[in-house]
Amino acid sequence: MATQHSRSAARIMMAPAVILLLGWMLVPLTMTLYFSFKKYLPLRGGDLGWIGFDNYVRFVSSSAFWPSVQTTLVIVLGVLLITVVLGVLLALLLDQPMWGQGVVRILVIAPFFVMPTVSALVWKNMFMDPVNGLLAHLWKFFGAQPIEWLSNAPLISIILIVAWQWLPFATLILLTAIQSLDSEQLEAAEMDGAPPLSRFGYIILPHLARAITIVVLIQTIFLLAVFAEIFVTTQGSFGTRTLTYLIFQRVLESQNVGLGSAGGVYAIILANIVAIFLMRIVGKNLDA
Amino acid sequence: MGQITLNQITKSFGDVQVIPPLDLTIEDGEFVVFVGPSGCGKSTLLRLIAGLEDVSSGEIVIDGNEATNVPPAKRGLAMVFQSYALYPHMSVRKNIAFPLRMAGLDKAAQDAKVEAAANVLNLTNYLDRRPGQLSGGQRQRVAIGRAIVREPAAFLFDEPLSNLDAALRVNMRLEISELHQTLETTMIYVTHDQVEAMTMADKIVVLQAGVIEQVGSPLELYHTPRNKFVAGFIGSPKMNFMSGAFAAEYDAQTIGIRPEHLEVSQSEGKWRGTVGVSEHLGSDTFLYVDMEGQEEPVTVRSTGEVGIRHGDTVYLSPEPSKIHRFDKEDLRLA
Amino acid sequence: MARKVTTRRKTINTVFAWMIGLLIFFPILWTILTSFKTEAQAISDPPVFFFFDWTLENYAVVQERSDYMRFLWNSVILAGGSTVLGLIIAVPAAWSMAFVPSKRTKDILMWMLSTKMLPAVGVLYPIYLLFIKLGLLDTRIGLTIVLMLINLPIIVWMLYTYFKEIPGEILEAARMDGASLKEEILYILTPMAVPGIASTLLLNFILAWNEAFWTLNLTAAKAAPLTAFIASYSSPEGLFYAKLSAASTMAIAPILILGWFSQKQLVRGLTFGAVK
Repeated sequence: MATQHSRSAARIMMAPAVILLLGWMLVPLTMTLYFSFKKYLPLRGGDLGWIGFDNYVRFVSSSAFWPSVQTTLVIVLGVLLITVVLGVLLALLLDQPMWGQGVVRILVIAPFFVMPTVSALVWKNMFMDPVNGLLAHLWKFFGAQPIEWLSNAPLISIILIVAWQWLPFATLILLTAIQSLDSEQLEAAEMDGAPPLSRFGYIILPHLARAITIVVLIQTIFLLAVFAEIFVTTQGSFGTRTLTYLIFQRVLESQNVGLGSAGGVYAIILANIVAIFLMRIVGKNLDA
Repeated sequence: MGQITLNQITKSFGDVQVIPPLDLTIEDGEFVVFVGPSGCGKSTLLRLIAGLEDVSSGEIVIDGNEATNVPPAKRGLAMVFQSYALYPHMSVRKNIAFPLRMAGLDKAAQDAKVEAAANVLNLTNYLDRRPGQLSGGQRQRVAIGRAIVREPAAFLFDEPLSNLDAALRVNMRLEISELHQTLETTMIYVTHDQVEAMTMADKIVVLQAGVIEQVGSPLELYHTPRNKFVAGFIGSPKMNFMSGAFAAEYDAQTIGIRPEHLEVSQSEGKWRGTVGVSEHLGSDTFLYVDMEGQEEPVTVRSTGEVGIRHGDTVYLSPEPSKIHRFDKEDLRLA
Repeated sequence: MARKVTTRRKTINTVFAWMIGLLIFFPILWTILTSFKTEAQAISDPPVFFFFDWTLENYAVVQERSDYMRFLWNSVILAGGSTVLGLIIAVPAAWSMAFVPSKRTKDILMWMLSTKMLPAVGVLYPIYLLFIKLGLLDTRIGLTIVLMLINLPIIVWMLYTYFKEIPGEILEAARMDGASLKEEILYILTPMAVPGIASTLLLNFILAWNEAFWTLNLTAAKAAPLTAFIASYSSPEGLFYAKLSAASTMAIAPILILGWFSQKQLVRGLTFGAVK
């Protein structure tokens, strides 16, 4: 509801943002699509012509593809499982009355603000190093043989690092959701004779369903793109090569742009599937 | 000066026409009230006059000048919004001075006008406060102050009292009426409350679904409503409507009789009924009487000391000259 | 009504929550502690916690060896520049969406958010190529633009949700009072939205500061921010724990503090308002 004048002003003021984002989306996307149908090796002959869907076929049939998909899934699912379960428990705990709640919350949130390269390096060297790492000291203290984390348990190590970074996010959002629960609902359930566990199962958990979905979707989008943690720690070796990292290697390390671009298209499709679900939820919220 | 003429204006949102072609003339110095149920288009009409919405067709003339496409600020009108729309980050002084600042007045002239307005509105002691620190009535006055300093051709009020509590509403109603008498400026006032309309207006415009049902002075509307809608909307408690045999007797489709025009007796009268609820207000007693052949209970306004209670049998007699007759199209029969 | 809780229950909660809080925070705490040790103490077996000779030497060495200040300066410019640039573009857009909504407003917002979901690796090479062609590789301006673009949807969204809470009548009142569009935005909307704009600024500064895909792949030396500076420590050279800790502490301290201030807005910004 407005006048013609303000509507045209609105269009003009929206234009820069829309045009910029349109360019940011379309230009690289078109180029990626273009390269994905070419044999394109910048350092070994450059543009070697159109090859149809060869890159797509080759990318999927390469021996590295399925392991990378598996690695990606293991990391995403592992991190999601840890962050959601611990996040719910932690949110429930932080919602309880206690002294110094604000400080505890600050402590718990902190890892989210640590840049990924820092957290990967700190974990890799100061905790997971088999000689001088703190975890090695801990193992030795209990008389156990220290673990060579990043070479013997590389996936678990990376999941641990990434989960540490994302646990605060899950906790914060779930805590916010718990705090928005009408306490009268819980009191009513208590009056109806529901024990604590049933109250959790029948009232708190359903209330959290939406927040959990949001956490899962947003984290999935970011986790599919996990990069720095692998770049800094294992460089994709020891079976930690995710789809993202595989594409990165094809494009920048082996300079096979056509093949990498085809991989990129797969990654875009994958992310879009997740994004559609997220958009549905966010869109519903817009109407409310 | 503040004469406003609407010629054949319409307004559509998308495919929905909320105001079909409409003509209206508002004379200089008049206090005009747009009244109607919510969603009747009265606020939209006000916003069209203000220039906050474009008309879909037709023209708006202000003081003889075509103003249809003139931006809001250039129409010489000031508006008081339902939510007061005070600028929360500015002091009262700055709020009132804002239109003057936008007009490019120098500081001294701004101050003088703000002081004068504050004086009229009893705001002198609050000039350096923020809107958040004021009561509802004070905020209302600041909003009026912001309108006054512009010395507009007309004031537009969009349900200005609906956010106030009942006691304050009566006070502000009087203040606005007084202001109108002092300034003698055209005022257009939108409300859904027919009491405000009756008490303040020189001229009432009753709207329903974007259509003007009737224009007239408060008493004209009370005594000779043009149709059943106006008859039912104006007056409190509502007019009673009766049809069937009751109306046939008067050669009409429906008859209407106001609660204050029914005489009640416990021994004899024209119609017989049973009292459902009786509300004793002290000054008046409202009786809700169930009658055979009448769906809705009939409301009767009686004096304060009536000793009639639930379940009593009563007889009602209308004042014959005060019966309103309506035809099949709900229009008034002469 | 808050329920009365027994002191015993509250004590148990407190102890438990603090233990877990400290456990989660421990890696950061340990890093900060280690940054004040000598290299020998940093790897001493058993590890020392508080009783060591506190020294600031590592900070001096880090600055001297890798010119920390230059990376820090790049980080500040990139994060600050992209946030401010994003705000300048986003404020008018968010105004339009919040106060002059049309049937397409919701679709445009959704579409903007969806660009944020585009996996960076899918378009890495095209951007890389464009950067070479345009001479933007390893320049601050190029990276500022990229960071601005990836965060623009969040900035628009956050501002939109804040603006929507400002009643349209106030802006209409300003219009009636004779304010032009520019004056309306400058004198009325912006001052009223200061808290919202501030938290948007804060959150996006943090996101840009920590961004580690484009900053690693589009910089070499000149424009490299702290993410790249830290990554250069991934190949160890002799004893370096204390220096690594000092460098890490310097990289995260400013953002940690900003982050603590903006934790409430974080929920709102990152979930696009879907959790309240």
